[in-house]
Amino acid sequence: MAAIFPKSSDIILKVLGAVIGLGAVSTIGAYVYFSYPTVIDTGYQPEQPVAYSHKLHAGQLGLNCFYCHYTVYRGAYAAIPGTEICMGCHQKVKDKSPRLELVRQSYETGEAIPWKKIHVLPDYVYFNHRAHVTAGVSCVSCHGRIDQMVEVHQEKPLNMAMCLECHRDPAPNVRPAELVTQLDWVPDRDPREIGREIIAQKHLNPPTNCSGCHR
Amino acid sequence: MDKMSLFQILNNAPDEPAGLKQASTSSSTTPEYWRSLDQLADTPEFQQWVHREFPDDAVAVLDGNSRRSMLKIMAASFGLAGLAACRRPEMRMAPQARGREDYIPGSPYNYTSAFALGGHASGLVVQTYEGRPSKIEGNPDHPSSLGAATALAQASVLGVYDPDRAKVVMEGGKESTWEEFEAALKTLSLGDGSGLRFLSGTVVSPTLESQRAEALKSFPKAKWVEYESIARDNERAGALLAFGQAVDVHPQFDRAKVILSLDFDFLGNDWPTPLATKLFSKNRHVDSEEDLEKISRLYVVESQFSLTGANAEHRLRMRGGDVQQFAADLSAALGTSPAGSDRRAKFLAAVAKDLKAAGKEALVVAGPRQPAVVHALAHQINQTLGAAGETITFTKAATTDRVESGVDALKTLTGEMTSGQVSTLIILGANPAYTAPADLQFGAALAKVANSIHLGAENDETAAAAKWHLPEAHFLEAWGDARSTDGVVAIQQPMIEPIFGGRSAIEVMALVLDSKDKKGYDLVKNFWASQLPAASRDNAWKKALNDGVVAGTKSAEVKPTVDSKRIQAAPAAAASGIEVGFLPSATTWDGRFANNAWMQEAPDPITKLVWDNVVLVSPAMARERNLKDGDMVALTRGNLKLEAAVMTQPGHAANAVSIALGYGRPRSGTVGTDVGFNAGLIRTSDGFWFGQGFSMAPTGAKHILANTQEHGSMEEPQLVASIKPNHRPLVRESTIEDYKKNARIIEQMNEVPELDSIYPQRTWEGLQWGMAIDLGACTGCNACVIACQSENNVPSVGKDQVLRGREMHWIRMDRYYVGPVDDPRAVEQPIPCMQCENAPCENVCPVQATTHSPEGLNDMAYNRCVGTRYCANNCPFKVRHFNFLDWHKNFLERRRIEPELMSMVYNPDVTVRMRGIMEKCTYCVQRIQEARISTKTDGRKEFTGEGVVTACQQTCPADAIAFGNINDPNSKVAKLKKQERNYAMLAELDVRPRTTYLGRLRNPNPDLEAS
Repeated sequence: MAAIFPKSSDIILKVLGAVIGLGAVSTIGAYVYFSYPTVIDTGYQPEQPVAYSHKLHAGQLGLNCFYCHYTVYRGAYAAIPGTEICMGCHQKVKDKSPRLELVRQSYETGEAIPWKKIHVLPDYVYFNHRAHVTAGVSCVSCHGRIDQMVEVHQEKPLNMAMCLECHRDPAPNVRPAELVTQLDWVPDRDPREIGREIIAQKHLNPPTNCSGCHR
Repeated sequence: MDKMSLFQILNNAPDEPAGLKQASTSSSTTPEYWRSLDQLADTPEFQQWVHREFPDDAVAVLDGNSRRSMLKIMAASFGLAGLAACRRPEMRMAPQARGREDYIPGSPYNYTSAFALGGHASGLVVQTYEGRPSKIEGNPDHPSSLGAATALAQASVLGVYDPDRAKVVMEGGKESTWEEFEAALKTLSLGDGSGLRFLSGTVVSPTLESQRAEALKSFPKAKWVEYESIARDNERAGALLAFGQAVDVHPQFDRAKVILSLDFDFLGNDWPTPLATKLFSKNRHVDSEEDLEKISRLYVVESQFSLTGANAEHRLRMRGGDVQQFAADLSAALGTSPAGSDRRAKFLAAVAKDLKAAGKEALVVAGPRQPAVVHALAHQINQTLGAAGETITFTKAATTDRVESGVDALKTLTGEMTSGQVSTLIILGANPAYTAPADLQFGAALAKVANSIHLGAENDETAAAAKWHLPEAHFLEAWGDARSTDGVVAIQQPMIEPIFGGRSAIEVMALVLDSKDKKGYDLVKNFWASQLPAASRDNAWKKALNDGVVAGTKSAEVKPTVDSKRIQAAPAAAASGIEVGFLPSATTWDGRFANNAWMQEAPDPITKLVWDNVVLVSPAMARERNLKDGDMVALTRGNLKLEAAVMTQPGHAANAVSIALGYGRPRSGTVGTDVGFNAGLIRTSDGFWFGQGFSMAPTGAKHILANTQEHGSMEEPQLVASIKPNHRPLVRESTIEDYKKNARIIEQMNEVPELDSIYPQRTWEGLQWGMAIDLGACTGCNACVIACQSENNVPSVGKDQVLRGREMHWIRMDRYYVGPVDDPRAVEQPIPCMQCENAPCENVCPVQATTHSPEGLNDMAYNRCVGTRYCANNCPFKVRHFNFLDWHKNFLERRRIEPELMSMVYNPDVTVRMRGIMEKCTYCVQRIQEARISTKTDGRKEFTGEGVVTACQQTCPADAIAFGNINDPNSKVAKLKKQERNYAMLAELDVRPRTTYLGRLRNPNPDLEAS
């Protein structure tokens, strides 16, 4: 009786197996790689409804971060400024600019400007700005050089590895509290040494157990 | 067998199955403390609850969906997930365009408010996030709350987001608008008000009272009737009968050494503010040798086994209708030395002797279900003992307005309605079509009224029968005020605009009166502007809002005297047939909380039943009539008939049955409609609280009851129990006498041999969290269960899931009976996570989702959990709960409820758990972290654990829960843990729980204890 399958089917099967196997491995690999926060989240730069330039305001004009994000020392969230804050200046400055049309409209109607959220943590993570900023962790540690960004993008991965790295060894990221909003600050000596002094002085003891961040 | 380890016990177990059987049936294994009748009989059902985390069928993956369809769903969702992953979802932020100055988004803001129920009022502090009320706590400055809130008050926050609430104005069953109603109201010619009647619940709002006075002035022939299914009418009538003047009565439970409650469940359903529990439990805290002398002695005479009965030293069960005779006999017995040999006579003699000995430190109180004469007799006895003015004080009644109240007034009103004398009936926030006694036929009478206007929170039974139905604003949506029994007024502040455009009673009254002010804020503020001292009006108003109490509103104290001649006890009701006692429901009250899933799923403090009410029968009656739990019976008298399920209630009076009101609502929301049985069908105006002469017959049908009394059983397995009975004293109690003789008696109830762990031991230095629960103070009121549910986003699961043991409460209230089935005592024990130092759950987690924090917390990382349920299997306390389904979504979806609205009640500081993960008590870790952050950021102080109050601890009306740093010798919890009463549950397992208990100390009367 003749063989049902020709001899070549052996090779075809092997090749097919290899192709499927490689395909599966590379698909899983790609999935893992592309879903990793450093890849999927960093660089996220949506277009905002108002072309607000942090580079102009925070960089060139030298506005303190705290001027607009005024709850950062008191609340878990660094407030996105309401339209009132914008209009505080823009009633006088550039009050006719067409680029500020939406801002003026919002101020009149009371409708919020629909800003797009860039820095997002999962729902089960409870990050508290107040705790970090008063401890001396600068904005730049998580948000990067916002003062150099025309349009803000996410610079750091903001994943758990990043949090833990600093919680295990906070010294390089701790600076005097009054300097946290000074994004271009360059320490005059070893930043680790400065950090260690502040940690001792303030009894800083960042948690590395689960309930430190997950509730 | 003293030093014998568990291993040895097991190794020495007889191999012979026959021997085992013999041992297990011998009387020596009868547990001293028992959870249920099934446990006493040691049925396989009970053993299943002991051995297994969940009963056999609880592992089914999906309800209504087969495994095959689940695979389909999974495949489809994977496909969608792949597509969705291509693009990062866009999230938006909407800052307030014109913000409030100093407003911090994401931070909670607290406001004072007030909660009125059944003629009582308590002050609240309501926590709001972004303008959404999410948690209710008691106002520490309010004299009726003293910082605590009842379960019902706390659960009412869920009602704000109830999607089944009344949303639109209805006219004759058709949708209408407020404008159309206002126009229609103007066309009504009310004249002198001869055809106008108002019907409301008990009015405790001074603003509404002033409107009432105005209405009765404008319409001199109009009448205002107050009727509430559960109210203080008998108490008021009793005071009037005894003293000849209207006074409000204030029992001072903390000043009394000997208390006799005549069918008064003041620790439970009969007192809807935390005040009674606060006062009563003051004397139950034992911190020193002197405190032992403070412990009061409580006697209770009642029919149904109530929470107060459970906390009593001695309890005499009798039919509700017989209490009157008992009170009269007691009153007589104070002058003589009565004798007798039966239990009642002995009890009576002992109580009389004890009361006389206590003199002015004695207190006799009567319950609101007892007729006026029993209240009057209690006043008389107190006066004879010299206790009046000492342990019971009186204030001038706050309201003396022209008002008819109670069931007789309602009877008159329905008579007028039926005979066509009423052309306009305005019902303000009441649901008489459901709550009125059956014989009044209120629904039929309402149909005869040409213009019936109903303001109600639900489109309920009354709404269906009324011409106009107006949606009522929730009390957290509307301005108002509420007065407690001692006259102190709290302003009821709204937290949110009415979500569905409802209006409050005072706003509707403003329409009827065509007042200048139409808005609730103006009405309340202008009323108080006329009451507050003119000089400091603005400040006084602001202070009232800030404090939650209007200064200077406390009623003046009076010292009335009893006129004995007026009090004539009626002869005892003829004891033919069965007495049916009606109880306020601990969960739905009079039915107004029927659509509240938190309350429906909060186990009744005594029966432990959820999602149902039942006819409670005594064990003797169940034996005689061969009734099993869940058997349907028909209770009949004349043309009255109710078919309902029965349940055996240990300790219930013989020849009487009890049923809770507030169930079997024919027209509530999707949660509450047709849950349980409508006791109102057999409630009549003459048998308003105790219906006599009923007959009961089984119908042959069965009803499935979801009872949680055996859930979380920690009793010893049969094998061990057969050799060493009672070697797991889970709850421990002793008497003062025994405790004085041997202070270590509680600790010594279980010999724990020296145990070594195979795991390396940590040292617990610095800040270490721990909890101590004083069983002596805890009354078992359920307030902590609801506080925890509200604080920690604990879901409701529904009756069918409770039957599978899947309820999710992070703190459960275990109730144990002690003593004979017919007349036991009961002990309550709250069980949160024990946060064991040697946590058995941690060792078995394959993904380290549950680990130990350096501060001794047994952390749970939800995002890590993969749902193996090993931890729950290994937890000896059975406090871990698994999300078998996406409860939040599932529960709502099955009831076709939009999850968006209900999710507004969530605490944003706690993760909402999804399906497939484990959860348990965290010691309110969000509160710990918040306290830590605020302490450390305020001037960078060292955090030593001060200022952390868990949700259960905060609300406990008995102050039975202490929490804090056990390494700080000055903390309350550390001091309590040093007491000799302190014991760890299941210490023999060497799990070293951080939550420990303080044994309960009882103060029994030696005369009665011996018998």
